Order: sequence, then structure tokens, then C-alpha cells
Amino acid sequence: MKLRANLVIGGVLFALAVLVGLLAPWLAHTDPVLDANLMNAEEPPSWTWWFGTDDQGRDIYSRVVYGARVSLTVGIVSQLINSVIGVALGLSAGYFGGWWDDVVNALTNLMLAIPSLIFALAIMAVLGPGLTSLLIALGLTNWSFTCRIARASALSLRSQGYVQAATVLGYGELRIMVTQLLPNMLGPIVVIGTLGMGSAVLSEAALSFLGLGVRPPFPSWGSMLSDAREQITTAPWLSIFPGLAIFLTVLGLNLLGDGLRDILDPQSRSRRT
Amino acid sequence: MLSFLFRRLLQTIPTVLAVVLLVFVLFSVVPGSIASSMSDDADPQVELRMKKQLGLDDPVYVRFGKYIAKLTTGDFGTSFRTREPVTSMIAKRAWPTLQLIFAAMAFAIAIGVPLGFIAALKPGGIVDTLAMVVAVSGLSIAKFWLGLVLMYLFALKLGWLPSFGYGDGGLKYLLLPAVTLGVSPMALFARTTRAAVLEIMTADFVRTARSKGMSEARVVKWHVMRNALVIILTTVGLQFGGLMGQAVVVEKLFSWPGIGSLLVDSVLQRDIPAVQGSILVVVLAFLAINLLIDVLYGVIDPRIRYA
Repeated sequence: MKLRANLVIGGVLFALAVLVGLLAPWLAHTDPVLDANLMNAEEPPSWTWWFGTDDQGRDIYSRVVYGARVSLTVGIVSQLINSVIGVALGLSAGYFGGWWDDVVNALTNLMLAIPSLIFALAIMAVLGPGLTSLLIALGLTNWSFTCRIARASALSLRSQGYVQAATVLGYGELRIMVTQLLPNMLGPIVVIGTLGMGSAVLSEAALSFLGLGVRPPFPSWGSMLSDAREQITTAPWLSIFPGLAIFLTVLGLNLLGDGLRDILDPQSRSRRT
Repeated sequence: MLSFLFRRLLQTIPTVLAVVLLVFVLFSVVPGSIASSMSDDADPQVELRMKKQLGLDDPVYVRFGKYIAKLTTGDFGTSFRTREPVTSMIAKRAWPTLQLIFAAMAFAIAIGVPLGFIAALKPGGIVDTLAMVVAVSGLSIAKFWLGLVLMYLFALKLGWLPSFGYGDGGLKYLLLPAVTLGVSPMALFARTTRAAVLEIMTADFVRTARSKGMSEARVVKWHVMRNALVIILTTVGLQFGGLMGQAVVVEKLFSWPGIGSLLVDSVLQRDIPAVQGSILVVVLAFLAINLLIDVLYGVIDPRIRYA
């Protein structure tokens, strides 16, 4: 029963974050960027200002709500890029073997040798700050685990009877990979993808915090925290709410990933880490 | 043992070369001229002279050759900004970073491993549930947010610890950054240890040990702990790389004068030699630690050495 709790709590938290992002224009009280009024600067949380206001008098609640869009877009899109790269490389390497397998292995080892946040930082340094750069930087730097899993699955699956049957039936190689191998390795890939989304949300926040993420004034949870650092003594609420938003979203994704693993990848259930 | 070490050392060389190439290629395609971003003076002659000074007027392959040649002598080039050798900039900052990473790791191991162990001894119990709640929360928290919260509580509200800076490098200054950095590996170690212990508890050799009348304490000490250690060690090794990445954020937050904050500052100022140098040093350190962990495996589990 405990396993179900993971899935339900995680699913609800993540769904909530997605809904908040989608419904931001309706949920927000004010415009997150334009509605600045110095008369309302640094108001603590109250009935009027649920999460308080910042030094420019902008409503923190509205900014947190809009910030969900950036964080989730980066989390979902960059992880999708990672999954596609990882599956394409891993699946083909495991299926074809030979020199291609060696090349993919070397690439994977290289990726594993560079801490992904450092790599993303380097790419951001080249591309400059901004949403597109973030998607590229985080989308290119976290596919090695997916690749390893896809390769290992392809290696073990390619000798299965049904794959050989498909070969005998004259299926093309691409068709075999997509229709025979891919569906059978999807479970662990989805699990890694879900957990990867969580770490992408954290990385986005970290890069924005370092001043390399989304450009101000548009809110992202990371950049809000970056601004909040200066005012931690006078206005601690500026730090609390964006940080909580990140925590709850990532917690949701992590619980969801754990729950999915229990269902989709039963082999690893006993060695759950 | 020596041949094992030698073999592993040889395997690392291509990776190091690939990283050097990658780091170089990444930054030799930086759009826009670095020299022009350095001064407001747009005089093309000045720009040309600066490029010549910085060695940027050569073709890419010549620059790469020169770069490799310099690297082999331990020369990472000269900082565009401070005109200081990057090697000495990094050397000055290596110790604070090492201090931070090892302190964070010590915190993570000291709390995480026992927590996972205790949790696994009674799976499903209150301790287990609580430990896993702590673990999943630790993995979900944004490090710099945790750092901000700790800073607010322990430095600004309670006044027990300094809020940021290196000071004399003492424990007082180290504590908050190290705990901030150590929380997510701590969570991971708790989960890994718990999973490893649970799995080993059901292994045949544990059942045999119990059935021949060995006391539970001895079973845990002789069979479970030793076997779990290999798995824990792997996780510890893998986490070092992640920690070096995360240290960037923590160092920046606490104004800790390490390689991570050098990297961020250099990135923000487009100081390419300093960026390249810091990334290379971090990757080399990561590879060295993984090598060390591999050697340690051989010591703990002789089966690996002969494989």
C-alpha cells in the first residue's frame, strides 16, 4: 500500500504544478512583471498579498504562479530531449553493436566524466542566458543514464524470439527497433525520465540563481530566489515561497518516479534506491 | 594489484583527452569577439592588438596545439580579466573547495549510511518511514534554498554561525555550506544503504550464517556490512562528481572562495581560460576520485580485482 502512496502523492503534486502553470493567467492576482508599485514594496504575507511583495512591490504569489511555467517547461522539454537522445543512441548501440556501440560507449563515458551541472554551465557560458539556451544546455547534458539503460535492454532483447521472428518476417531494422524493442524498454526509461525532470527543475533553478537562466524581469523560481538573497534579512518571505514551489514540484516528480518504478520496473523493486 | 591500477589509469587517458578537446572546442566557437567585449573602445586596431596579445589571431588548430602543449606543463593559460596565470588562481582556490566537498561528504556519510542501515533493519517501521521521508525530501530540495534557510536561521536569527565568507577557514565558517551541500548525498546514501542492506539480508550466505547459529550482531557485522560497503562506496564515488557540480551553487551562495565560485565568476565575465581551466580541474579531480574508488573496491572485495 505504501507504494501506491508514492504514486498518488507524487502524481497529485506534479499535476497541481502543471495546472498552476497552465492556469497562471487566471490564478494570478496581478501581472508578474508589469504590476510593480513601490507603494506596496516589501509587504509581508497578508490577506491582500498572500505571499507578500518584493522590493518593487510586485505580488510574489503571482510571480510564483507564473514561475511554474518556466520551471516546468524547462523540466519537461529538456528531459524529453535527453530521453530522445539517450534512447536513440542506446537503442541503436545495443542493437547494432560493433564500432557504433564503441562510439556511443565512449560518448557516454565522457558525459559521465563531466558533472552535468558544470557541463550545462559551460554550454550556458557559450550560448548566453535565456530560455532556449537553458533547454539546450539541460537537454544535452543528462542523457547518459537513459542511454545506458536503453543499450542494456536492447542487448538483452535483440536475441529474444519475437525479435528474431520479426527479422525473419522481413521487418526493417528501424521498424524492429521502434516496434519490437522500444515498447519493451519503456518502463525504466519513463522512470528515469520522471526523476530526470525533477533534477532538471533543480538545475534550472540553480542556473537561474547563478544569473545564467531566464533573464529578468520574467519570473522563474530560481531567479526569484536569486533576488531574494539580498533581502533575506528584511523580507524572508521572498525566499520561502519560490523555494517551497521548487521543493513541492521536485518532491512530486521524485515520488512519482519512485511509484512508477514500482509498477513499471518490478525487477528493481527489491533494490529500490 | 599494480597491473589493475595501471590498466585503470590507461583507461582514463582517452576520457581526459576527450574532455580537453570538448572544453576547447566549446569555447573556441564562442560567438562574438572576446577582445571587443573586454573594452568599450571599439577601435579595430586596439581589438587586433588585444587579440594578438591573447593569442586569438591564430587558426583554431594552432591554438589547440598550443593549448595542449601548455597543458602538459601544467599551464592553463592567462586569465583574460586579471592577467594572472589560471593555474595559480585555481591553486589558491583548490583547498577551500576540497575542504567543502570533503566536509559535505563526511556529513552525508555520517548521517546517511547509519540512517539507511537502521531503516533497513526494520523495514516498514516508523524509523524506516521517517528515514525515507527525510531522504526523499533531501533529494527534492533546491540546495541554495536550503542554504538560504539555514543562513537565515543559524546566522541571522540565532547568530550562532557566520552567514557567509571563508574567514579563517575554520569549522564555524565551514558548517553551513557543508551541511547545505551534504544534504542531497546524505539522502541518497540513506536510500542506497537501505536498499543494499535489504537485498543482502535475503542473500543465501546470510541465511547460511544464521542457520549455523551465528548471532544476529555478527551476521550484520561480518556479512551484511562488508557486502553493503561495496555498493555504498560506488554511490559515494559517483556522488563526488555531482557534489563538485553542486558546490558551484553553494560556493556562490556562501561567497566561499573555491573553484566553483571562480568558475561562475569566470563564466559571467567570459574569462575563457579561467573557465576552461576550472572545468578541466574539476573533471580531472572527478576522474581521479573514481580511480581511487575503483582501487578501494579491489581492497574491499577481492572478487573485483580478479575479474
